[in-house]
Amino acid sequence: MNPVNYLYLAALLFTIGATGVLIRRNAIVVFMCVELMLNACNLAFVAFSRMHGNLDGQIIAFFTMVVAAAEVVVGLAIIVSLFRSRHSASVDDASLMKL
Amino acid sequence: MTEQLAAYSTSTGEAVQFWILGTVAVIGALCTVFMRRAVHSALCLAGTMIILAVFYLANGAYFLGVVQIVVYTGAIMMLFLFVVMLVGVTAADSLKETIKGQRWLALLCGLGFGVLLVGGIGNAALTEFGGLAEANAGGNVQGLASLMFTRYVFAFEITGALLITAAVGAMVLTHRERTERARTQREMAEQRVREGTYLPPLPAPGVYARHNAVDIAGLLPDGTPSDLTVSKTLRDRGQVRDVSQEALNDLRALEQRAEERLERRAIEPPTFKRAEEASK
Repeated sequence: MNPVNYLYLAALLFTIGATGVLIRRNAIVVFMCVELMLNACNLAFVAFSRMHGNLDGQIIAFFTMVVAAAEVVVGLAIIVSLFRSRHSASVDDASLMKL
Repeated sequence: MTEQLAAYSTSTGEAVQFWILGTVAVIGALCTVFMRRAVHSALCLAGTMIILAVFYLANGAYFLGVVQIVVYTGAIMMLFLFVVMLVGVTAADSLKETIKGQRWLALLCGLGFGVLLVGGIGNAALTEFGGLAEANAGGNVQGLASLMFTRYVFAFEITGALLITAAVGAMVLTHRERTERARTQREMAEQRVREGTYLPPLPAPGVYARHNAVDIAGLLPDGTPSDLTVSKTLRDRGQVRDVSQEALNDLRALEQRAEERLERRAIEPPTFKRAEEASK
């Protein structure tokens, strides 16, 4: 097996995640799809790191994980406060700047 | 010869692992997108992330593989599950489309995007794989550390600022300032007496129903479910399960069996007549 297959898998997962972001209306699931996209990118970075024989790709993947953790914390806080004010986690309901 | 082979292809074991786990990962990703309930999506995503951790380990990223399991499946997915529980487990998506044909257009866009990505990778000259044997010679963690604290030290420090900002932001977003003092239990009881509303404790769920789960409304003597027995949160979410019909059917079956056993004739269902009809 050629290790390039890891890149194909990453592309596939990224595409599935992007499609999910477009299709789903539940804010939490949309967020999970974003996480899937970030993970796919990480897989590509790790595969590139192996390809070039140095660890820079892994460092970038590590930073991506840190950013993803920060993003999840803030994003979920936004979803919780949105749910508090609108009693719904659907992204369609959040169509106004204020209640 | 073997070294040259290693640069172009992987061992059979890794190939088998890739094809099996890769298939499972793609199925998990698809389930994340297409499962209707958020909890199922979260569990599928957790499975996909664990498989990705295995792939990191297979690619020589030992530190990242462990961090993936600890941070992603351990922390982030559990945070997701907490929020899913807060927001409502069965809060399924509405199937009504707000923009006509948006789903099919989105699927089409996704398909096109995927074809572009895969085509791009297919056309790139990616035959030579260096392998990480040299870079990982002094240990993967040591190699990462020596890079992170020299070339990427600024990025690393800015990461600290980012994490603090995120923590403060989350606290600010979810914190709610109390504008008035919380009422004590005594005050609430006094108010209930003054208003003359429902005074005794609320009835328990599941009375006369088949189960005593909290989401099953207790049944009144005539078999209709009582709203008072289920918590307001569940009622608001529409998560109350109505088993009144089942309970009544069970009761009917029980009565019938008892009559058969006692060799009694079936009791005629009582026919009610209105008072004015009876007086005629």
